[in-house]
Amino acid sequence: MKSLDRKLFRHLWHLRGQVLAIAAVIMGGVATMVMSLSTYDSLVTTRDRFYGEYRFAEVFASLKRAPEPVAERLAAIPGVERLETRVKAGVKLEVEGFSDPITGQLLSLPDVGEAQLNRLHLKRGRTVQPWSTDEVVLSDTFADAHGFQPGDHLAAIINGKRKQLTVVGVAVSPEYVYQIAPGAMFPDFKRYGVLWMGRSALAAAYDMDGAFNHVSLTLARDAREQDVIDRVDAVLATYGGTGAYGRPDQFSNRFLSEELKQLQTMATVFPAIFLGVAAFLLNVVLSRLIALQREQIAILKAFGYSYAAIGAHYVKLVLLMTVLGVVAGVALGTWFGQGLSHVYTETTFRFPYLDYQLRPGVALIAFVVSAIAAVSGTLLSVVRAVRLPPAEGMRQEMPAVYRVTLFERIGLQRWFAAPTRMILRHIERRPLKSLLTVLGIACACGLMMVGNYQKGAIDFMVDVQFRQASREDLSLAFIEPTSSRALHELAALPGVDYVEGFRNVPAILRFGQYHHRGAIFGIQPEGQLHRSLDSSLQPVGVPPGGVVLTDHLATEILHVKPGDLLTVEVLEGSRPVRQVPVLGITKQYLGVSAYMQQDSLNALMREGGTVSGAYLAVQPGKETELYARLHERPRVLGLVANKAAIQSFYATIGEFILFYNLVATVLAGAIGFGVVYNSARISLSERGRELASLRVLGFTRGEIAYILLGELALLTLAAIPVGFVVGVGLVGILVVAFQSELYRLPLILTPQNYAMGASVVIVSALLSGLLLWHRLGRLDLVAVLKTRE
Amino acid sequence: MMNRMPTDHAQANAIFVAHGLTKIYRMGEVEVHALRGIDLTLYRGELVVLLGPSGSGKSTLLNILGGLDAPTGGEVRYLDHILTGASEADLTRFRREHVGFVFQFYNLIPSLTARENVAAVTEISTSPMRPEDALALVGLGNRLDHFPAQLSGGEQQRVAIARAVAKNPAVLLCDEPTGALDSATGVVVLEVLEKINRELGTLTVLITHNAGIADMADRVIRLSDGQIAEIHANAVKKRASELSW
Repeated sequence: MKSLDRKLFRHLWHLRGQVLAIAAVIMGGVATMVMSLSTYDSLVTTRDRFYGEYRFAEVFASLKRAPEPVAERLAAIPGVERLETRVKAGVKLEVEGFSDPITGQLLSLPDVGEAQLNRLHLKRGRTVQPWSTDEVVLSDTFADAHGFQPGDHLAAIINGKRKQLTVVGVAVSPEYVYQIAPGAMFPDFKRYGVLWMGRSALAAAYDMDGAFNHVSLTLARDAREQDVIDRVDAVLATYGGTGAYGRPDQFSNRFLSEELKQLQTMATVFPAIFLGVAAFLLNVVLSRLIALQREQIAILKAFGYSYAAIGAHYVKLVLLMTVLGVVAGVALGTWFGQGLSHVYTETTFRFPYLDYQLRPGVALIAFVVSAIAAVSGTLLSVVRAVRLPPAEGMRQEMPAVYRVTLFERIGLQRWFAAPTRMILRHIERRPLKSLLTVLGIACACGLMMVGNYQKGAIDFMVDVQFRQASREDLSLAFIEPTSSRALHELAALPGVDYVEGFRNVPAILRFGQYHHRGAIFGIQPEGQLHRSLDSSLQPVGVPPGGVVLTDHLATEILHVKPGDLLTVEVLEGSRPVRQVPVLGITKQYLGVSAYMQQDSLNALMREGGTVSGAYLAVQPGKETELYARLHERPRVLGLVANKAAIQSFYATIGEFILFYNLVATVLAGAIGFGVVYNSARISLSERGRELASLRVLGFTRGEIAYILLGELALLTLAAIPVGFVVGVGLVGILVVAFQSELYRLPLILTPQNYAMGASVVIVSALLSGLLLWHRLGRLDLVAVLKTRE
Repeated sequence: MMNRMPTDHAQANAIFVAHGLTKIYRMGEVEVHALRGIDLTLYRGELVVLLGPSGSGKSTLLNILGGLDAPTGGEVRYLDHILTGASEADLTRFRREHVGFVFQFYNLIPSLTARENVAAVTEISTSPMRPEDALALVGLGNRLDHFPAQLSGGEQQRVAIARAVAKNPAVLLCDEPTGALDSATGVVVLEVLEKINRELGTLTVLITHNAGIADMADRVIRLSDGQIAEIHANAVKKRASELSW
């Protein structure tokens, strides 16, 4: 080993405290990046593999009823590769010991042999036996939520008839990776389940003997999806088809794609911020660290080492620190990534397996970005030091130039004793350096705020959604559109305080090249339960004769503004196509919706007072009894209880929030400590002699600590308000980046967020202060008498 | 030569009394005997020059007297206080109240003006002189509000001397105070030290390896290899202005 390299390792060891703090900063940035990108890659890889292996269909269509021979006509359509018909039934479920309403989706499996498409992956038990009459396979989310095992029983109300079912297996399906009840805002595994049953048994129970009401198919390699969809629609038109659609409109896949899109945003925005901050800090810290090496650099030059050799020496030094940070960051990020992927597959997406992926490129990018930041900061200082003639570098440095601070010039100086003046002048002497330190600390504060931001935002979203807009306790859907007279019967049920009917028409909304497959809700103009909110979150009535869209749907999906004419392709009944004016845009954080007055929607459908369902206000304590009564009514199909929905939502996201809080705290803490400790250590190196001189002159350790730590405290305090601004800015970026069809985060920061941001900075500062206090006790007083550096 | 007490100094005027001082540094596996049994008494008002080559132990002795270092063996008394074995806090108080230090490289605080450098010390002293008076004493009454960067080396050292004496210390310890200065400037600094010793009666101990300076001392203590080789009282003190090297 060359002697310069030996110096390298000694030096690293000598600087070990700072090396660790710098590595911690890099680790923070790299870990975020590795976590996000690897989670994203893993989920995408897993999805693609799952879709492929289990033959997820590419086009889907629902219809009222068609005789089985129609399938042959569909299969003959050019471009169709594989096609399978199924019976699909919306059902109510009964689970012993659970009184809340449960809705379910019952799907047929071929009586003999394996399904052609949308195959099941059995996690436990077996599939149904040929021609069995009561065997079902349960979706694993529902089975796990209720603890079902093969051999257990449950009952389903199919077409108004109660049928006892036996669980034989638990499975996941590519069709239901993301399971959410139609009309629900978020998944509720306890109150919504997917079940699979033999075709003949289900057909018998659902009056579908020799017929089907759902078809899925895959495309031949060179087929055009839209052509196939058009032809399928043409065939199914006479059988009550509601319009074929491709994967992008398939419910589970659409939500999965939206979530993945968000994750991808997170995987780019978050690490960009984190790594950017880390790089910035690294640059600042290293340039100051190397600046302290002025004399050593002069000595090396005097020995005859070339500029390149000296530069390479210091580059190696920082690269070693960088490697340390990157390796730790990749390790931590992998661990976080596996944790996050696990949380995703536990709470949100159901895959049979998880292919955890860490592309080598990700680690490489992390290293290159960190290395560039580190090396540029280093070279800047090295070049500055190398430019000095060796003699000058070794000569005693002239006393640094100071001047009287602004504070003192305006006449405040008599308030400050000499130590305080030292603090103020030191800060003011190098305003840029002080500013960078403040910015660095502020970044840690801001990052902490970002990490802890979701909880408050979600509370706010839920409050707006469920206490301002959807204030019903229960919403129920009828099996098919019904005369509004049915509302009177509901109102008469015990425990019902108030009933508000709604019409819900599935439709494709089109404007120019944009479309959205969803539904139009006809609500009451002066509704008490279900209301639209304006941009200041005040209830606003829906005007007659047109449609009101929620903000994300209007601006991001359809790109319409009030006054535009929307084409509405109804997917129900005679499937009319109408032009409807957009009358307004309302605010909604969760999901997207299109609203009309119920009367206007009835008129659009050329129908009388028809409702699809009702919103109910229920007297507290009467829920269970009411559920039982509604369960008995054959025309009532879906029931969604808001309170239960909110609870399940919190249960789902609770783990996410916990996870993100943990990650943010670890990373912001690492960065905060890294910056504060390094600033303080460098300060100590720069001023150690000065402080030791004062000790010799009779200053106590406390008095010199005041000078050193007073500066740190002042910068830390200054950094907190700046950090709040940084935090708000970062959250703002996050809010914009995270907009999706599922939800839009509100820009809401709670006092708790600010407190968390400030506390990470304060704790870092206290910890650094403590370490420095310890170091001040070991200042070499004798050396300062003799040496000049 | 024997350790002879100058006749005009009574035992009662002793400020420092050292007995059998030894100091051993352990540098890894090597033991360095910096002091090998020093017996020494220093009196109020005298100007003592500690002379000796590098490694003779003069700095170690000064550091022990100044409460910056502890001897390995022996005892040091300052007036009626025993310094050996005192706590860190006691030594800090000792330095704060009784000792003025002057360093080879001045060690001024660059962020404070001349006046403030002195004030930094007077602010923590019990009966200091005014910083302005201290600076006037060293001939810098017109440079009060200059920062160190605006002062020459000699001026900086004079500020350091003003800072050291402003607290009215009983003892002024100077470690190579002219070591970083050219001879003309060095003489000016020595004149200031001489003046302070004369006018304030402060025991002044001056380390140097420059034998030329020894002529201005009351007593010259020559150290060699950790021992006192010679103590010599100057019958006639030279004025600092008469010195040259």
